[in-house]
Amino acid sequence: MPFFVQLAHHFLPETILAVGVLVLILIGAWRGERGFGLVDEMAVGILGLALVTIALSSTPGASVFDGAYVDDGFSRFMKALTLIGAIVSILLSVDWLQRNGLEKFEYPVLIILSTLGMLLLISADNLIALYLGLELMSLALYVMAAFARDDGKSSEAGLKYFVLGALSSGMMLYGASLLYGFAGTISFSGIAAVVSTSAPIGVIFGLVFVLAALAFKMSAAPFHMWTPDVYQGAPTPVTAFFASAAKMAAVAITLRLVFTAFPSAKDQWRQIVVFISIASMLLGSFAAIGQENIKRLMAYSSIGHMGFALIGLAAADEAGVRGVAIYLTIYLIMTLGTFAAILAMRVQGRYVENVADLAGLSRTNGWMAFFLAMLMFSLAGVPPLAGFFAKYYVLLAAVDAGLFSLAVIGVLASAVAAYYYLRVVKVMYFDEPAPAFDRAPMAVRAVLAVSTLALLGFWVYPTPVMDAAAAAAKSLF
Amino acid sequence: MFGFGILSGVIFLPLVGVAFLLTQKGDDDASLRNIRWATLATTLTTFALSLFIWSGFDQTSAAFQFVEQKNWLGSGLVYKMGVDGFSMPFVLLTTFLMPFAILASWDSVQKRVKEYMIAFLVLETLMIGVFCALDLVLFYLFFEGGLIPMFLIIGIWGGKRRVYASFKFFLYTLVGSLLMLVAILAMYGKAGTTDITVLLNTDFPKEMQTWLWLAFFASFAVKMPMWPVHTWLPDAHVEAPTAGSVILAAILLKMGGYGFIRFSLPMFPDASTHFAPLIYALSVIAIVYTSLVALVQEDIKKLIAYSSVAHMGYVTMGLFTLNAQGMQGAIFQMISHGFVSGALFLCVGVIYDRMHTREIAAYGGLVNRMPIYAFVFMLFTMANVGLPGTTGFIGEFLSLAGAFQASSWVALIATSGVIFSAAYALYLYRRVICGALEKPSLMTITDLTPREIAIFAPLVLITIYYGVQPQAILNATQASVDNLIQTHTALIDAVKLAAAGQ
Repeated sequence: MPFFVQLAHHFLPETILAVGVLVLILIGAWRGERGFGLVDEMAVGILGLALVTIALSSTPGASVFDGAYVDDGFSRFMKALTLIGAIVSILLSVDWLQRNGLEKFEYPVLIILSTLGMLLLISADNLIALYLGLELMSLALYVMAAFARDDGKSSEAGLKYFVLGALSSGMMLYGASLLYGFAGTISFSGIAAVVSTSAPIGVIFGLVFVLAALAFKMSAAPFHMWTPDVYQGAPTPVTAFFASAAKMAAVAITLRLVFTAFPSAKDQWRQIVVFISIASMLLGSFAAIGQENIKRLMAYSSIGHMGFALIGLAAADEAGVRGVAIYLTIYLIMTLGTFAAILAMRVQGRYVENVADLAGLSRTNGWMAFFLAMLMFSLAGVPPLAGFFAKYYVLLAAVDAGLFSLAVIGVLASAVAAYYYLRVVKVMYFDEPAPAFDRAPMAVRAVLAVSTLALLGFWVYPTPVMDAAAAAAKSLF
Repeated sequence: MFGFGILSGVIFLPLVGVAFLLTQKGDDDASLRNIRWATLATTLTTFALSLFIWSGFDQTSAAFQFVEQKNWLGSGLVYKMGVDGFSMPFVLLTTFLMPFAILASWDSVQKRVKEYMIAFLVLETLMIGVFCALDLVLFYLFFEGGLIPMFLIIGIWGGKRRVYASFKFFLYTLVGSLLMLVAILAMYGKAGTTDITVLLNTDFPKEMQTWLWLAFFASFAVKMPMWPVHTWLPDAHVEAPTAGSVILAAILLKMGGYGFIRFSLPMFPDASTHFAPLIYALSVIAIVYTSLVALVQEDIKKLIAYSSVAHMGYVTMGLFTLNAQGMQGAIFQMISHGFVSGALFLCVGVIYDRMHTREIAAYGGLVNRMPIYAFVFMLFTMANVGLPGTTGFIGEFLSLAGAFQASSWVALIATSGVIFSAAYALYLYRRVICGALEKPSLMTITDLTPREIAIFAPLVLITIYYGVQPQAILNATQASVDNLIQTHTALIDAVKLAAAGQ
């Protein structure tokens, strides 16, 4: 296949982002601070264009660039989710950045760069591409965490994230070099061929390190330690981006790695996944109980949710991957909606982020309280909201695969988690009102309303998500 | 309409009312009146529609009727609805009691009236859905979805310790139902479908039945509630507003019993037989122990709540006797308890609205100023005790008669509960109603208003009518009960034969 045909058929979204980001940097350099508005709108346009090309792509999947890069149904599905997360994160951020005097054109540029890294990561088909994508994504994220550079907490978050992220990169490289050394190849399918006969101990050793590094990116216990601090310290729209798009990419590459490179070492990686899953669910449930800061609460909540999504991975079959894909879709909607609500928490021009600030919201702002309450019930997995179906399909896969104890631990952990989600509802509905919030900007209100309605109405017409997730799962096997 | 049948109509009709309420804005008296009347009209129409279904219901058949089915989610899940002899009475009970719940909140709920009415209408949809669902996942959706409105009803419009009570209610029930969810998934894995009509004819291996039974038991035992997981109920009842208590006692508790009849008994016959002694033990403990606990309560609502736990003990005991009397009695007891406990909570609501306390010690000698109330309260107290001529008697008598056939010891201990129930109920009545009117705060208390009389009159009539003419209800459930027992006996015999042949 000629290079440009490959580019046009299988690398178009990435090309758009790469070219677009260069154009945006030029515009930004030319117009300086005044360029923010334009760059911001163009960034949404570029990401949107990439999303459209994915939605419209009809070419059959293929492996391109000498097997470094794979374009298939699974990668398209995950890329679409990532792009949606990125677009909504930008939309949510505009007002926040302006109010905090941070309307710098670098912000949308960094988001696009990081998203480009995520897309590369999702499609990576060998260890080099994996590392390139991972680093491109992470480097941009480190900067974004510290974007509010005059704010001590934000700088701290950036530094923490960078130091721990560097550690995880080190683990990734160490594991990758072990894999290469013992398998003699960097390509996923090559590794699969070596492992299929007998897995050398060095390969398994390398796999453990690589999985640890990926668990770090997913913020799954016991590699979660950075999450609460970074979530709390980073600017809220950046946290929304971390919690949505970045998670999609990390889970996607984990799925791809274990299913394409280690299909026959299932028993080995399954133990790790089951352990990580249980640890994350329990930690996410119990540690969140005492949190007062809602961003920190969401950090623990996301740890728990990653643990739940990994139940599907532990099932290690097509139904499991489908479950994970559905889970991530619904999790993305819930996360974006919740962060939209957090961004609407502004009292007399000042952003607040404690659960107590929501007190009596049902009386000061009934609709927002209703939307946030539904988001909380959905995060808790109470039917008939979409969060229930997310849990349903991963649990279904796990039970089919005979992982009963994992499923039971999962549901019990989610019952514990329900406590702190309910606490948010309780504060909003049962307590006496705190000062009312200022009127939120249009984009924030729209994201909150649309995501909640999507969750409420999911059971009426779930077919598009179900079909897309099933097709994505199929292409991975 | 749109290919949906009349059952969907009755299930989703309350949501139409919700849609109308959402259009209502403003807090002035006129719009509040609109909201109340619209809600009442919605519940009455729903009741009328369910009566229409009842008129077309064939009592002689054990099959599911008014079945409607639609593909949904495209992955083995279906939207399937239908009623049989087990579910029809509960649907009617639900739609019948809803207007009373609304009427009981007419004046007593003054804050956030619109949200209150919406919560009740949504709850009605979910409750009817539970009894009509013929797909396990659909059942689960309705079953668990009901937690949200009830959580809000207790938490927003409840008493002093409402937060504690609402959390306890939600989390207790959630843990139980999540275990049931895992069991549902396992059944789906085994049978390849969640269609209840198919699952009723699926043979699950014996070991699997044990686990499935335990998981379902976890959910229904909490919902019922059975001793020792009943402790959420007194808290929830005490804190809930009057109408919330009525619905909780009269309908939500019945979901547990309905679950046992619909799932545990027919789908896991071996396990049900195997675990019957456990159920008997828990039931008689509930009957005796909670009756004794009820004796020492200071709070009227708490006393009635404990009496509910005791009465549910008769239900579980009757159901697992697996003979016609026991099961018929248990189902009748559930219906009867729906009327009687609902009415008792309404009675408490009447004096609570006047005096704003539920302390038994704050009352005494009410008969002097409230003769009509004293009569109504006496009637329902007697029905609660199980006086012949009221519905309470039929249910208790039949379930005890069934229990005698299964185990005379169980029946012997359970019968003592009848005496205890007379003790705590009459003791309550004496302290609240009889004696001289000494408390100065009670001197100006007024008797029932016309609205309250209108609420109680139908309940009084129905309690006496079905107490004298129980056949009407018994006939409705007869065919389904016989069918269940026959299938069950056949299955158990087959197992015994197989065991003997080995």
